[in-house]
Amino acid sequence: MMASSYNAKDEDGHITVSGPGGGTLRSKKPENTAFKQQRLPAWQPILTAGTVLPAFFIIGLIFIPIGIGLYVTSNNIKEFEVTLYDMSGPHQNPFRNCNNVFMYYGLSNFYQNHRRYVKSRDDSQLNGDLESLMKPSKECEPYAYHENKPIAPCGAIANSMFNDTLELFYNDPNGTKIQIPMTATGIAWWTDKHVKFRNPTDNANLTAVFQGTTKPVNWRRPVYELDTDPQNNGFINEDFIVWMRTAALPTFRKLYRIIPKKNSMVPTLLRGNYTLEVVYNYPVRSFEGRKRMILSTISWMGGKNPFLGIAYITVGSVCFFLGVVLLIIHHKYGNRNNSADIAN
Amino acid sequence: MARESEDAGMAKASKVKRQKKKKTKENKTRTVQANILYDNAKGEENPNRHYANNKIKTTKYTVLSFLPKNLFEQFHRFANVYFVFIALLNFVPVVNAFQPELALAPVVFILSVTAIKDLWEDYRRHRSDKEINHMDCLVYSRVERRYVEKYWKEVRVGDFIRLRCNEILPADVLLLSSSDPDRLCHIETATLDGETNLKQRQVVRSFFDLDCDFDPLKYNSVIECEKPNNDLNRFRGYIIHRSGRRDALYKENLLLRGCTIRNTEEAVGIVIYAGHETKAMLNNNGPRYKRSKLERQMNVDVFWCVIILLVMCLFAAVGHGLWMFQYGDKRPVFDVLSPEGTDLSPIMSAIYLFLTMIIVFQVLIPISLFVSIEIVKICQVYFIHQDMDLYDEETDSHLQCRALNITEDLGQMQYIFSDKTGTLTENKMVFRRCTVAGVEYSHDANARRLAMYQEMDSEEEECTSHGGTLPRRDSVTSHQSAPVVLRSQSTKSHRRTGSRAEAKRASILSKHTAFSSPMEKDITPDPQLLDKVNECSSQMDFMRFHSQPMSQLPSDLSDIIDFFIALTICNTVVVSSPNQPRQKVRMRFELKSPVKTIEDFIKRFTPSRLTSGSNSSSSSSLITNRSSNKGCSSMLSSPSAESTLTKLDEERPPRGLDHAFSPVPPCYDGKAWDKEEGELRYEAESPDEAALVYAARAYKCSLVGRLPDQVTVELPHLGKLSFELLHTLGFDSTRKRMSVVVRHPLTDQITVYTKGADSVIMDLIKPPNTGNSKGKRQKKIVYRTQNYLNLYAADGLRTLCIAKKILSKDEYACWLQRHLEAETAIQGREELLFESALRLETNLQLLGATGIEDRLQDGVPETIASLRKAGLQIWVLTGDKQETAVNIAYACKLLDPEEEILTLNADSQEACALLLEESLHYIQAKFLCSSTDQAAKAFHTNFAPFEIYPSSSPSSSSSHTVPFMVHRLGLVIDGRTLAYALDKSLEDKFLAVARSCRSVLCCRSTPLQKSMVVKLVRNKLKVMTLAIGDGANDVSMIQVADVGVGISGQEGMQAVMASDFALPRFRYLQKLLLVHGHWCYSRLANMILYFFYKNAMFVALIFWYQFYCGFSGSAMIDQWYLIFFNLMFSAFPQLITGTLDKDVSAETLQQLPHLYVNGQNSEEYKPYMFWMNMIDAFYQSLVCFFIPYFAYADSDVDLFTWGTPITTLALFTILLHLGIETKTWTWMNWLSITFSIALFFTVALCYNASCPTCYSPSNPYWTMQRLLQDPLFYLLCAITPVAALLPRYFYRACQGTLFPSPVQVGRQLDKLPTEIRRNILSLSRVKVGSPLSPKPPFLSLAKPSPKGCNKKDQRSFPSSNTPPAKKGPVSQADEEKGQRSQVQPSDSVRSHSDLYTLVATEIDTLPYTKDAPTTLGGATASFNQSL
Repeated sequence: MMASSYNAKDEDGHITVSGPGGGTLRSKKPENTAFKQQRLPAWQPILTAGTVLPAFFIIGLIFIPIGIGLYVTSNNIKEFEVTLYDMSGPHQNPFRNCNNVFMYYGLSNFYQNHRRYVKSRDDSQLNGDLESLMKPSKECEPYAYHENKPIAPCGAIANSMFNDTLELFYNDPNGTKIQIPMTATGIAWWTDKHVKFRNPTDNANLTAVFQGTTKPVNWRRPVYELDTDPQNNGFINEDFIVWMRTAALPTFRKLYRIIPKKNSMVPTLLRGNYTLEVVYNYPVRSFEGRKRMILSTISWMGGKNPFLGIAYITVGSVCFFLGVVLLIIHHKYGNRNNSADIAN
Repeated sequence: MARESEDAGMAKASKVKRQKKKKTKENKTRTVQANILYDNAKGEENPNRHYANNKIKTTKYTVLSFLPKNLFEQFHRFANVYFVFIALLNFVPVVNAFQPELALAPVVFILSVTAIKDLWEDYRRHRSDKEINHMDCLVYSRVERRYVEKYWKEVRVGDFIRLRCNEILPADVLLLSSSDPDRLCHIETATLDGETNLKQRQVVRSFFDLDCDFDPLKYNSVIECEKPNNDLNRFRGYIIHRSGRRDALYKENLLLRGCTIRNTEEAVGIVIYAGHETKAMLNNNGPRYKRSKLERQMNVDVFWCVIILLVMCLFAAVGHGLWMFQYGDKRPVFDVLSPEGTDLSPIMSAIYLFLTMIIVFQVLIPISLFVSIEIVKICQVYFIHQDMDLYDEETDSHLQCRALNITEDLGQMQYIFSDKTGTLTENKMVFRRCTVAGVEYSHDANARRLAMYQEMDSEEEECTSHGGTLPRRDSVTSHQSAPVVLRSQSTKSHRRTGSRAEAKRASILSKHTAFSSPMEKDITPDPQLLDKVNECSSQMDFMRFHSQPMSQLPSDLSDIIDFFIALTICNTVVVSSPNQPRQKVRMRFELKSPVKTIEDFIKRFTPSRLTSGSNSSSSSSLITNRSSNKGCSSMLSSPSAESTLTKLDEERPPRGLDHAFSPVPPCYDGKAWDKEEGELRYEAESPDEAALVYAARAYKCSLVGRLPDQVTVELPHLGKLSFELLHTLGFDSTRKRMSVVVRHPLTDQITVYTKGADSVIMDLIKPPNTGNSKGKRQKKIVYRTQNYLNLYAADGLRTLCIAKKILSKDEYACWLQRHLEAETAIQGREELLFESALRLETNLQLLGATGIEDRLQDGVPETIASLRKAGLQIWVLTGDKQETAVNIAYACKLLDPEEEILTLNADSQEACALLLEESLHYIQAKFLCSSTDQAAKAFHTNFAPFEIYPSSSPSSSSSHTVPFMVHRLGLVIDGRTLAYALDKSLEDKFLAVARSCRSVLCCRSTPLQKSMVVKLVRNKLKVMTLAIGDGANDVSMIQVADVGVGISGQEGMQAVMASDFALPRFRYLQKLLLVHGHWCYSRLANMILYFFYKNAMFVALIFWYQFYCGFSGSAMIDQWYLIFFNLMFSAFPQLITGTLDKDVSAETLQQLPHLYVNGQNSEEYKPYMFWMNMIDAFYQSLVCFFIPYFAYADSDVDLFTWGTPITTLALFTILLHLGIETKTWTWMNWLSITFSIALFFTVALCYNASCPTCYSPSNPYWTMQRLLQDPLFYLLCAITPVAALLPRYFYRACQGTLFPSPVQVGRQLDKLPTEIRRNILSLSRVKVGSPLSPKPPFLSLAKPSPKGCNKKDQRSFPSSNTPPAKKGPVSQADEEKGQRSQVQPSDSVRSHSDLYTLVATEIDTLPYTKDAPTTLGGATASFNQSL
């Protein structure tokens, strides 16, 4: 004991005449804080039938109406689909509203999400980097050079760009075909068009800019001849941009044109027969694919897809049902347990 | 001077030659010479130059070596290699899945976190090294011819250093000179072994007689000694003087690094081992690494994960091959050629894809799991350290976790092996009673006094527990206030030299000093015995006065006085005075060597004068002759021992006896010691010794001084008597006794006093010659003493027998000759000395016996009871004798008076086999068949085994037999039988018997047996074992067990050093296991399961996607998310939950110990749970994949606009899943989850806005921003987690209601207001004896509450902060219950037994028979009736 206080004093050099009691000043006694003693105030939910019951019912009650709403919304969307084997022919127009109508082309069995395919692009080149223009990145291999000239735009994605043209004609009851005016801009993301994709220079003469490069192998025209509109030509051609945004799933659609509404009174597409004219360039046989043309309106939740509505209704109902099951369980067993477990 | 240097030169030459010779001959020694001889030679020729210097470096790395070495170490972990391999795989273009640099990120992150941790630890080591290296010490400088201050690190082997009082030794030093007149030096070894008593070290024999100061310049001897080794208790060597004479060196000459010099003004020594070669450093090995059970189990599942991973990869590879194959030769545009433009065959692509998939799916092997587990464990250790309940006020120490990685094992223990002394008991020995010459002195007053202390103790404890930091030992405080001031001087000097850390540690340790409480010191004498002592001594005084021979004293009186003399001197107690702490009380009397004849006598046989060392535990080896120098022409110009002697002789008045008792000792430090008589302090190596010395002091027979060759005793009337101490034969565990040989100053006879265990002493008693009356008396004494011994043992006292023997001079001379031969023997000295001791300790005359109580530690019975309720099997392994052990076992509720006891004592292997066979039959016959009330009779205490065979007829049994039920049986086995039982042929039977007993007590077991038992149980039964002990004899057991716990008590630090956890008290084991063990286990188990789930769920998302991307290894989840998902987005909540989640509160866990079974049976993490989790993970990932899939089917969504919602959904689902599994939500949980989500969105938004072209190939520019504007995204976020977690949530709810686990019941109890909960718990406790209980209540082991229990209850439930009663049905029910329980308590009681029937089946079965149904029903019921 003597030695103990003796040593304790050594540590800080000052001598307190308090015997072992002095040691408590520096004692290793842990602090009595809620955190250190693991006594933080806590919410301790116990999952039993009784306690989770409300959650199930509430979820059910919330989800079912949402589901119904979604389902109705989706059903209100008009959609019209043509498989592009029958090239043309009169089609009945289902649209009667006054909103924009979106024209999509659809491909199935096209694996735009293939790992090597997705990688096969050069974002710097597409962003207008002059160096990348002439020296495409390695990722583009083997679609980086053709005949020792750099390919612009390089890579497999660009190379396989969809190049059919679709035109829609209104079969006037008097026999004439009136081409429906469609806009080719506004179909890509704004950020893509203005940030991600840029022509190498703002020079209007794209031909000069792309001098020294060559077009992708599968393309019929070089990139600077995609459109006549200088704001929609070269890398910032929206059809090109849309194509470059690789689809998530092998069956996909891509926005092709927008049929703008004329005014709030006149339907965008009149009732009647229409003819679709397709310039058939794009081969899909090799992968047993299928081409489609889709006309659709959209709602606040996107295109026509009843799935989410059904899913909400289903999950809501299941929750409700389970809630009922739990209620039964709670009534049958919960009481027994409560009384036995806790309070007699 | 010239002559000196010439000498030195010559010496050098010869030494070098010799050294070379030595080196070639045997390389097992180290030769040390003085450095000052070589100062000129600049070290070139210094033979010591090869030895390590004193600079210590405990760091692992240097600046340069850090990176390679650390990496090398980290790659020892297989997982790291795996992840690096995968990251490198990414650099291969054909198979790469991610940006190679990015793929390195997680591995680099994990590696660098570990590296930074290592670096920090290393830096701290470096700092402390530096501090230690720069401490000062005085080293002799040849140039300056004085001692100069140097840093520790500059000390070299061969340096002379001067040590001052309270200085810490910088290296292992051979003691050459001491200012102490007895050439002693006292050291405190607390930092090495934790023993706080002072050890005496002796100046090397050759320098013993040096009177003046030691002059290093004159030193020119050579030391040969052992190579550095880590044995603290061993040092051998020679010192070779120039004259060619050799002197042996012993460990008594060596001062070890880290010890502190005490009580010695100044000492000089030569450094023998320095730096890393010192014994202290060699003993210092790092923390232990053990792998916990949970981790082993986890590794199995990691292995399964690897299999799953491979299967998934294989599946994808085959799928990809087929997908390629279906296109035949037509190559679709989206199937990109390899960069070289070559076409890949489907098979080749499949093979490449396999590797790619391994990269993509790597997350399945949770890279962060290992790091997370380490972090969580460190946090857990932190919290255990911080627990106030595990802090011992008295010793200012708390629990130490020495092994950081097995905290969760604490929650899975099944067997506890405990030492008894010092572990269950306090190891504070209190003298209780004694018997002298066959007469028992019961010391009733003393017993009353002790009872009083006990009460005071408990009261005080309550005070301290409420009031805070009241020092407990008031009486000591009063002693100390003065000394503190006095000591300031020495304090300063110490402070200057001492390392803070070491000093700190020493200060903690020394608080353990034994014998500081008045309870142990102030013994109330038995009046009857006191009278006899007084009478006896007055008679002796009278006789001395009249010069009558002492032999005329009546034999009973002489026995009494001999008894007390033996108590006083037959030990190694050192006397110190509290006013001069650590100052030996110095009272040198002149040696009364009245009979020259003996001296001559001895001289005839030996060339030496007889002395003896008496200072330390193994002092027998120390005894060498002092005057041997006399013969040789001493190189030291000092007065020889002879001259000292003659001086003393001159002082001594010629006539003998009277003057032995001079009233005032001539050189007693100038202090009137009479006044302070009561203040003398005894420092003993073992508490027993001190207890006996204090007991003798109570009878005025006090030890006042001890020197190597004499012991001074003060007796009433007789004054101070000096006994010439001829030999001390130290205690060892084989002989189990110690002896001193003294020359009795009154009778002038050579007397041997022996003290030892009764079993050995009784065998050594001289068979009384029944012919004469004396012999008859002796026989009677032996017979009676044996009776009393049995009585003492039955009271749980430790017994010691005291005996003496008078040697005739011839006998002594004869023995002495052989003893001296033994001492001087070089080979096998220990054995020879042992034999020599055996020769001496025969034909003893029994004086009496003592009973010492080793008090149970506070709370031991309660702790044992609750640990047992927790389903732990407790075995006590002790070295004590059977009766003592059994009684302590009863006292600490290990054995129950209600239960039967099997005692196995066998003399031979065959007998043992037979006994085991019989017991096995007995157990089977009795317990497997008796399920009816007929067994009632069987439940009573029965010490004689096999007398009662089951009276119940087997026909009445209807119950199914369960293999190893734990019965209400206790097994007691002694060491000898244990040795047979542990034989290969019998161990299975032994185990079969032992495991069916509720408690097992092994007495008289050796340390080796202890570890063998642990090993046997551990290996054969495949159970988790915990060994707890406090002494060196428990070390092997502690090391063998899965978890070793050391009690940092009074027996030193060996056990603690070997342990994984060090506790200040046994009772803390309860909270450590039941609360922290449970928490650590359940937290970690849940976290690991969650980890597996999380990764599987996340990876499966990508797997499903493979079906829609042609198995091309594409991922819709951006690679950044993929890689940082585990590392950042989902990491924090699980760490918080893994660290803080409490399934049940600490109070409830302690009150309902059976919740511990949860961990024992690995309920939280069973193998099937891994698969359930996997299935759930796959289900959830299906939901998280296909809801977005259908929601976006046939739309214009692009890859990452579709993938990002999936990532988000997965994150939500994973966090909500954690939410379901989290039991306690503190603000930290909320914060961490919020943080995780916020982090994800912040990172995503920043990432998606930062650079439009940088993140090829995903290039997610503005994706998240657009998604946040999309209502569909929110709709998905709402439905998917709900749908994914529905099954689990529903299952948890059903489980909570329909089949709640005991833990859940405990949790429900937690929710109740404190008052009501306490009522319920106390009810379930008290209920035990109720005859109404229809089934064995799970708390059946609790005794109807003893007083202490109730007290404890109240303490642990401060009712002040009772939460307001909950509104609702529960609270109503509670109130109802409260009322009802008053009116008809029996009813509520029954309901509670109903409540716990769920667990009742498990509580009496061993953990490994978890499916055991209740079969003990009848038996227990009848037991209840018998109550």
